[in-house]
Amino acid sequence: MKSRMGKVKLFLLFGITSLVLAACGKENLTSLDPKGYGAESSFNIMMLSLIIMIGVFLVVIVIYTLALIRFRQKKGQENYIPKQVEGNHKLEVLWTSIPILLVLILAIPTVISVFDLADETDASSSINIDVTGNQYWWNFDYTGEEIQTSQDLYIPVGEKVYLHVKSSDVVHSFWVPTISGKIDANPENTNTMYIEAYEEGVYWGKCAELCGPSHSLMDFKVIAVSPEKYEQWVADMQNADPEEVPAEAVAQEGKELFESKSCIACHAIGSSPNAVGPNLTNYANRTTVAGIKDVTKENLVEWLLDPESIKPGNLMTGNYPELTEDEANSIAEYLLQLDHSEVTPQSIGEW
Amino acid sequence: MSLASAQKKGFGAILWDYLTTVDHKKIGVMYIAAGAFFFILGGIESLVIRVQLMVPENDFVSAGLYNEMITMHGTTMIFFAAMPILLGFMNVAVPLQIGARDVAFPFLNALGFWLFLFGGILLNLSWIFGAPDAGWTAYPPLSTQSPGHGTDFYVMALQLSGAGTLMGGINFIVTIVTMRAPGMTYMRMPLFSWTTFVTSILILFAFPAFTVALFLLMFDRMFDSAFFDIALGGNAVIWQHLFWIFAHPEVYILILPAFGIFSEIFSVFSKKRLFGYTSMVFATFLIAFLGFMVWAHHMFTVGLGSVANAIFAVGTMAIAVPTGIKIFNWLATMWGGSIRISTAMLWALAFIPSFTIGGMTGVMLGAATADYQYHDTYFVVAHFHYVLVGGVVFGIMAGLHYWWPLMFRRVLNETLGKLAFWLFFIGFHLTFFIQHFLGLMGMPRRYWVFLEDQGLDLGNLVSTIGAFFMAAGAIVFVINIIYTAVKGEKAPQDPWNGRTLEWAVPSPTPFYNFKQLPLVRGLDPLWIEKMEGNGKLTAAEPLNDIHMPNGSIIPFVMTVGFFIASLGFIYQYEYPIAYLALYGGMAIGIGGMIVRSLKDDHGYYVRKEELEGEVE
Repeated sequence: MKSRMGKVKLFLLFGITSLVLAACGKENLTSLDPKGYGAESSFNIMMLSLIIMIGVFLVVIVIYTLALIRFRQKKGQENYIPKQVEGNHKLEVLWTSIPILLVLILAIPTVISVFDLADETDASSSINIDVTGNQYWWNFDYTGEEIQTSQDLYIPVGEKVYLHVKSSDVVHSFWVPTISGKIDANPENTNTMYIEAYEEGVYWGKCAELCGPSHSLMDFKVIAVSPEKYEQWVADMQNADPEEVPAEAVAQEGKELFESKSCIACHAIGSSPNAVGPNLTNYANRTTVAGIKDVTKENLVEWLLDPESIKPGNLMTGNYPELTEDEANSIAEYLLQLDHSEVTPQSIGEW
Repeated sequence: MSLASAQKKGFGAILWDYLTTVDHKKIGVMYIAAGAFFFILGGIESLVIRVQLMVPENDFVSAGLYNEMITMHGTTMIFFAAMPILLGFMNVAVPLQIGARDVAFPFLNALGFWLFLFGGILLNLSWIFGAPDAGWTAYPPLSTQSPGHGTDFYVMALQLSGAGTLMGGINFIVTIVTMRAPGMTYMRMPLFSWTTFVTSILILFAFPAFTVALFLLMFDRMFDSAFFDIALGGNAVIWQHLFWIFAHPEVYILILPAFGIFSEIFSVFSKKRLFGYTSMVFATFLIAFLGFMVWAHHMFTVGLGSVANAIFAVGTMAIAVPTGIKIFNWLATMWGGSIRISTAMLWALAFIPSFTIGGMTGVMLGAATADYQYHDTYFVVAHFHYVLVGGVVFGIMAGLHYWWPLMFRRVLNETLGKLAFWLFFIGFHLTFFIQHFLGLMGMPRRYWVFLEDQGLDLGNLVSTIGAFFMAAGAIVFVINIIYTAVKGEKAPQDPWNGRTLEWAVPSPTPFYNFKQLPLVRGLDPLWIEKMEGNGKLTAAEPLNDIHMPNGSIIPFVMTVGFFIASLGFIYQYEYPIAYLALYGGMAIGIGGMIVRSLKDDHGYYVRKEELEGEVE
């Protein structure tokens, strides 16, 4: 039995390890290929603890296997009575003190990095963004810049960006695995965390605290761009004119419907502080419709006609007058020409 | 009740017997049977979860139903499967192990069981009326805002069963302190009795925190208070503290009895005294003590600040030390022994590597900086299933095989037992090992769907396949139970060459356990008698009349009353007519308490003459 069990385990271990090595996950989602300061700090502690743990595990398994091989009852030994050992002082001291040492080796760097990641001394001279979690979308308010975005968070590469995270309803958790660990969005207080991306890219963000039926559909993006592009994006966003009349007739009609069908009551275009629903400035350059679907007119129309089928429990359903397919089409046409910035996510990377 | 209890009785008489019993052995068996039933329910819920996550963007269940599934799976498995089965083992084994005739408060014992059972029934009734959907952790504001009555069912069901558990905890503390047989000093107690003792202390201190939290949630939902309502000056994070001050020790409430079971099994099946007994006891206490010091490691991302995170990180890592002591002591118990691999031992052997992985990921999770990544992902799901399945469920399975002869006078079939083991063991690692990586690859827990093209497809598929292996293992085990009941051979009094007192009583165990209380001469008393005496325990007292408690229907009636009242509480804020159930139910429950308090019940005596007639 013991050799069979050993083989099964070995097989499992090899099978799963090779499987894992083949894919560390999606490049801009996984935490195993960190591309930001927080993710790197976490990864380093992860690897340190993993190495210690694998060492301990091997020691346990070696003793375990030897014991099973050497001391299995053999035929004819049924009446053999082994020596009844009470204990062994030296051994017990040994296997108490070595783990204490190992724990210390892990504890010291952990404590140092906990304080390092909570350091807020540079906050006043850095970019500060108020992040608000809502059922089921994220709002980003750039302090002092008069810029509001939702779902797509633009940050410059190589700079600490301070996020002041809170929630407008239930607890959410802000998580961009490749850039940084997570921080909860609580309704009662603001949590501050800084993120710093090392490379340009479009990174997936996820909500990591159960927040209702569409918890798993509350994805967002962090779009890390070069400092020059970031400056450009900020200028573009600040120049976005919510009153601008679209060139095409269908889109013009869409703009009118956007106002008459009370979309505008919740959704601002431009830097208005109204954040009942997601801000739609620069919508043409969104990475997704509703956080999860590709940006196509079909998807947007589908969303406008029946958001419940895409995000169960969302707060848009039932809060606007019914739309005909034509009307939804016009509104989609209008939203998809809101191209306010030259910095597009497509020019940064895939997602 | 007479001695001739082996006589054939009608169904009605048997039912009445179980409804009124205060016998710890029968209550133990009922705990295990009811726990097994809820285990099956929780298992079915887990299969629904795994089928939903088999492929990306699946629509096997709706988002709302999925959240109900995860909530019910967690709540059911922890409170209504694992805990009662372990309480069942405590009931079956502890009084026998310490040489007692029953627990200290047999009436309370019965009441505790019925409260647990009706709590479980109440929770599962919610499937008809809308189940809770805020996760087993029920964080407000999500839980206070959750529409329907699901969360009300969660609150009342856990309040009911929690009261029962608290009674069980108190009962075992008093039993172990006051009712040990002559010579059974604390440091001669079998390790399962020790872990029961420490677990009971944990229950005594941990459950009240949860009771308070549940009351606050109940008032917020039913009586318009605002403990968790931020708009009215409440605070929602306080729930997380109260919950985890309870729920972290709860993990140890589950794992310590399993440790006790493994300690018994390693010793018996290695034919060796437990290595480092004193340090094992010491380590158990240390784990329990530290278990109360680390709750905020579930809250590293809540924003408690770096000082709190650092302290709780180091505290959490410290638990690795006593746990490590235990693992090495078990290995040293096997070392130099004469190891027999029965099915019980097989589960115990599988526990060592599985639980070691779970313990190690626990230390990894304790490193707060790394936890910012792990928290609320499938890494955590993998970790606690390695602990709760690789530790607790393996312990329950080992315990079932080990004590089955004591409970049912049959030995479970070894071939079927080993088949079930391998299916379950392989399935378990298939299901959960990969989930560590799913979490690190960016899959948060409690996700109804995962999106396509995120590199999560293969891992989830493997995990689902593993879950079906586990289900197959569980089915084979059920077949084994049926097969053993029908065709199994009668078990001898001491089938495993046991070392502790429960194997010294005749089979079937008389309802008074010991005709004469045994004299205990050291650790592993039966083994000592086997080595030094004639294999029989010396009596510590002359044959005398035995004082036994009377059975009573009051615990059952009281529980039914509180159950009806719970339904009243759940519905009173919507339908005023439910007040009828509320007041009526409370009248029955409190009436039962009054009757019990005013009516003198001194129990009865089994006469010396009757006992002399019994053959051993």
